[in-house]
Amino acid sequence: MKIVVTVKQVPDPNSTLSLEADNTISRDKEVVLDPGDECGVEEGLQLKEAHGGEVVIVSMGPERARDGLRKALSMGADRGVLVTDPLLAGADALLTARVLAAAIKAEEPDLVICATESYDGSTGVVPPMLAELLGFPQLTFAKKVEVDGSTVKVHRQTADGYQVVEGSMPALVTVTAAIAEPRYASLKGIMAARSKEIKLLSLSDLGVQKSDPAETIEGVVDAETRKAGEVIQDDGSAVDRIVKVLAEAKVI
Amino acid sequence: MASILVYAELSGGKVATTSLELMTRARELGDVYAVALGTGAKEAAASLGKHGAKVVHVNEDKAFDDYIAEPATDAIAALYEKEKPDLILFAFTPDSREVAGRLAARLGTGLISNASDITSSGGSFVAKVPYFGGAKVASMKANGKPAIVLVRPKSFEVSESGGAAEVKQLDVAVAAGSKRAHITERVVEASEKVKLEEARVVISGGRGMGGPQNFPLLEDLASALGGAVGASRAVVDAGWVPYSMQVGQTGKSVRPGVYIAVGISGAMQHTVGMKTSKVIIAINKDAEAPIMKMADLGVVGDALKIVPALTAAVKARKNG
Repeated sequence: MKIVVTVKQVPDPNSTLSLEADNTISRDKEVVLDPGDECGVEEGLQLKEAHGGEVVIVSMGPERARDGLRKALSMGADRGVLVTDPLLAGADALLTARVLAAAIKAEEPDLVICATESYDGSTGVVPPMLAELLGFPQLTFAKKVEVDGSTVKVHRQTADGYQVVEGSMPALVTVTAAIAEPRYASLKGIMAARSKEIKLLSLSDLGVQKSDPAETIEGVVDAETRKAGEVIQDDGSAVDRIVKVLAEAKVI
Repeated sequence: MASILVYAELSGGKVATTSLELMTRARELGDVYAVALGTGAKEAAASLGKHGAKVVHVNEDKAFDDYIAEPATDAIAALYEKEKPDLILFAFTPDSREVAGRLAARLGTGLISNASDITSSGGSFVAKVPYFGGAKVASMKANGKPAIVLVRPKSFEVSESGGAAEVKQLDVAVAAGSKRAHITERVVEASEKVKLEEARVVISGGRGMGGPQNFPLLEDLASALGGAVGASRAVVDAGWVPYSMQVGQTGKSVRPGVYIAVGISGAMQHTVGMKTSKVIIAINKDAEAPIMKMADLGVVGDALKIVPALTAAVKARKNG
């Protein structure tokens, strides 16, 4: 079974973000492999361990996104493909999906695994776009994935439980953080990753034309903030104060 | 006048509240019609009409209930070719965004996701989108034809405008090729207590709760107050509680009368989903936690002592 896992690097959730002059989020900060994508890589590796085959990591980003790919390779993935091109700076969701679709098509995978959404953008629309462009069904929000022959079955997280969803491969699956605890790369894995292939591709290699962005950022302002209220130290009277606030809000 | 198509999400045969929120705003922006697909679509049309839809396109094929995204994408794409709306609005929910993503790719147009507001200006649509982890808000002009925008639930308050919609059968045959991701079983795990999004009091727990074994303390307080329990992303990712309880950017948006954040530091990821609550109470060991700077009442102390004492006080007051 050939499995493609998409990954990207995101600003370190523990660092402060800053903006570029054109109001896009600065990518110069410390970046890490998206924590959601690590779960996708882990699930890909577990499926390969159970069914055999190959795990290929596909990413789009600046050249240093190689570090993120390298991390996935050190966890055990077989090889990587990175689409990198200055023309892709600030790419919107659809252009991202078109680029990834072109790179993935060439791999002819049985299964594509994506995180449900990225940690930074959180638009959550690249996976369904990708599924459409690949012509694959989408089995989404999976907290469990099973493969049986050419059928893939997932437990799809819902508000009050889950749904069992079945489809034939090739298919695209999105996974939640509940799918699997990502493994740590072993020293052996880190050493092995150094000699694994990461193929670099440009837009022209893929034959993808840059499209006009779906949106134009007209301005960025600070979000409205609430004013701080009163902060009290609990000296035993806090419960009475809270009850008073609840009563004023007429919920008791 | 601009023509706007609202994708009405049905859940359990009923139109989702968040779709009515979209209707309420959309009718200020132009002529609104809606599309409702699957079981209950015809019945939903009455409610959509009351909230401003002039026409509701319906199709009750069960395939819309049982297959993820593709049948709905086929139907809306067909409707788009006929009606050419200027704007298509979706709720930013798991089900709607999967249809929106496929549709945008099929129509070759982009979309704007995760918006918190939409307005029209000089013939185009401008969405406000939480940006930068929620610290900032970006105004984004939609360039797509059609413009496709996904709006976060709870961005608008629902109001009725009266009126009745003309119900039109949407003639679309769902192709076998679109019946692929098949929902074969639905499992309900959470007992249906008070819904998080609809509760007038929400009590959410974070890392400061110490572990999943202490969440029943929050359940007790919630049942005393007739509220619901939520959680921060940190504890959901840690596996303490299910994703369905997550409040925040990648979870649910809530707007209760009172929001009680217990042991939650108040990262932007979380606050973007609860900051429009009417009253916010925070209980935290750390007086410097960001949540303290936005709470109406911040209590610095031990949550594991304060919460049970508060539950007892609320019960005593009810019985007294």
